Amino acid sequence: MKFRIFTIASILMVILSLGLAACGPQEEATEAVVEETEEEVVEEAPTCENYVLVPKNLGNPYFDTGNVGAQEAAGELGITVLYQGSATADATEQITLLNSLIAQNVCGLAISANDADALVPTGQAAMDAGIAVVTWDSAIAPAGRDIHINQAELAGIAQIQLDMASRLAGEDGGQIAILSATSTAPNQNAWIAAMEEMLASEEAYANLELVETVYGDDDDTKSYNEAQSLFTKYPDLEVIIAPTTVGIAASARAVTDADLIGQVFVTGLGTPNQMREYVKNGSSPEFALWNPADLAYLAVYTTHALATGEITAEAGQTFTAGRLGEYTVQDDPELGLNVLLGLPFVYNADNIDDFDW
Amino acid sequence: MKSQANPQNTSAATISERATRRSLTDVFKNWELLLVVLIIIVVLVNTRLSPYFLNAKNISRTSSDFMEIGLMMLPMVFIVVTGNIDLSVASNMGMSASFMGLLHNMGVNIWLAALAGLALGTLGGVLNGYLIAKVKLPSLVVTLGTYAFFRGIAYGFLGDQAARNYPAKFTYLGQGRVGGSLIPVSVAIFIGLAIIFGIILHATKFGRHLYAIGNNEEAAKYSGVPIDKIKFSLFVISGFMAAFAGLVLAARFGSTRPDNGTGLELAVITATVLGGVDIDGGKGSMYGAVLSLLLIGLLRFGMGLVNIQSQVQSTIIGLLLIVSIFLPHIGQRIAANKATRFRWKTVLAVVGIIALFVLFFVFFFWSRAPVLAEI
Repeated sequence: MKFRIFTIASILMVILSLGLAACGPQEEATEAVVEETEEEVVEEAPTCENYVLVPKNLGNPYFDTGNVGAQEAAGELGITVLYQGSATADATEQITLLNSLIAQNVCGLAISANDADALVPTGQAAMDAGIAVVTWDSAIAPAGRDIHINQAELAGIAQIQLDMASRLAGEDGGQIAILSATSTAPNQNAWIAAMEEMLASEEAYANLELVETVYGDDDDTKSYNEAQSLFTKYPDLEVIIAPTTVGIAASARAVTDADLIGQVFVTGLGTPNQMREYVKNGSSPEFALWNPADLAYLAVYTTHALATGEITAEAGQTFTAGRLGEYTVQDDPELGLNVLLGLPFVYNADNIDDFDW
Repeated sequence: MKSQANPQNTSAATISERATRRSLTDVFKNWELLLVVLIIIVVLVNTRLSPYFLNAKNISRTSSDFMEIGLMMLPMVFIVVTGNIDLSVASNMGMSASFMGLLHNMGVNIWLAALAGLALGTLGGVLNGYLIAKVKLPSLVVTLGTYAFFRGIAYGFLGDQAARNYPAKFTYLGQGRVGGSLIPVSVAIFIGLAIIFGIILHATKFGRHLYAIGNNEEAAKYSGVPIDKIKFSLFVISGFMAAFAGLVLAARFGSTRPDNGTGLELAVITATVLGGVDIDGGKGSMYGAVLSLLLIGLLRFGMGLVNIQSQVQSTIIGLLLIVSIFLPHIGQRIAANKATRFRWKTVLAVVGIIALFVLFFVFFFWSRAPVLAEI
């Protein structure tokens, strides 16, 4: 009996405290709503202001960097961009989250998808509800979204790496080598093939000589050893291009350990936190990868352009995305409708401390 | 022989009847009532906080997000009532759905593939049941093992591939609505099955046996309850339902990947325990479990609508779970010690509970990101 009395007492207290808590802010909110609607009547057509940037999961520095760019875009456009994601990078949780956002009738969603296929029905439900659906970083299959923001394309990735190698080798050029992931890695092989073609055909790279392509299998120790054997084999080697995040860090460490800083330079694709040390010690003065802040910045601009009707989900539409300039919606048999971010971002000693991911 | 069997049966009946009566009076009056009150509070608060909460379309869409958990929760209630646990349900679900997906990718008819998925899931349940009931290994250890094992097999089936392009007739199971109404098909199926499972638990001999096993396995054994058979069948049912939940998930997603449903077993167990089913066995009702699923669903949906971060949502659900385990234990202690010397502890405990609830609502308001609903 005692227990029951206490239970009832506690329930009553909860209800009371709740009533008090709920009344306070709610009244203010209602007033605010009334004022706002009055103002809106005076102004012209209602504009769309609420957008949500949905990362794969919260607490991931890569996506947090993206949110910085999204908020910059939000400030410029005068809109609200909420940063809301699931606790884990899981499709089931992300769908539950998206359903609660669809229920709120937001204007647009910029999503990094945890599962390209499982999110299709949810994406369709959002579009049916009149919500602009853009994906960035990781796409939903074309049927489940309007436009995907493509972070990089093959030719751009190949070109930026040769540009960096060309700068690092100096005006008179010299020997370069490639340290890749596994010999079967499809992405790396496509980039390497593109680089070989550009080396053979383009005037700007005529003074670069590709001596060998080796494979570190995305294994730190193996990549390190392969880099070392490159120094021994080719004493005049100027640049190692490593189009893989494991390979680039291992090569830079090998250069540092072998006291070859200033003689052999490492470049390629890497991430800021992993490469910071080597950018600062000069073993890898510059490397490239897309900038997640720019990616999300463009995603917000694209979502806004779609939601406001500035563009429709069709190929050939153009719009301006703030500081990044003008973009065109393209169609691709595999990717569907997409917008290409542009050349990968080059990280160097001047800007690396602006990034933490 | 006959003269021996009769007294055994009578004693079994008395034990299980007493068990049923105790569980109905004790648990029902305290915990289920509290759940109903909490549901009412959640509905009221959410309705005040967001204009999108009481919206049939929204509730319809979000309710199907919780049906896989619900389908796996039904047999889980049985298992926990006997004092066991099944940690492998979500992995079994992934395995069965992946098998179906694999067959679909190979061009097998979708319904045949679905049947094969159900069969494989049931087989997984048979493996659990055999190791627990026949080999007499603890269910926690066995299902912890098959938790990893089944998920591994799921990856074996599909690897980094996905199965997609299921026919509309199949995806109707997860995305469709009953007739012209707003009730999702999966919700209708869940309600039907919940009633059947509820009747089995509360109105059959099988159900009474479950409570008898949970209350005192040794006593039940000597009163003639076929413990091994019952335990075996429980895990087989659980395997079947996990596979069925896998089909519903695949239909809702319109695709399958081997990692589908990772971590859902914890949501299933949370819903079960929050429903007042004692993790030590012997107590609990289907009614409570279904109410707790409703509470979790409404709470999660409401918190999502005011954009409370996922981590905070999990914290709040976790807090509720602790309270749900905490309350019955205090009740037991008070019942055990009627002397007044324990009174100050009781007061402290109640103050603690109230503090937790207040904390809960402080969280509720403090963690609110800019509320879109108010703009």
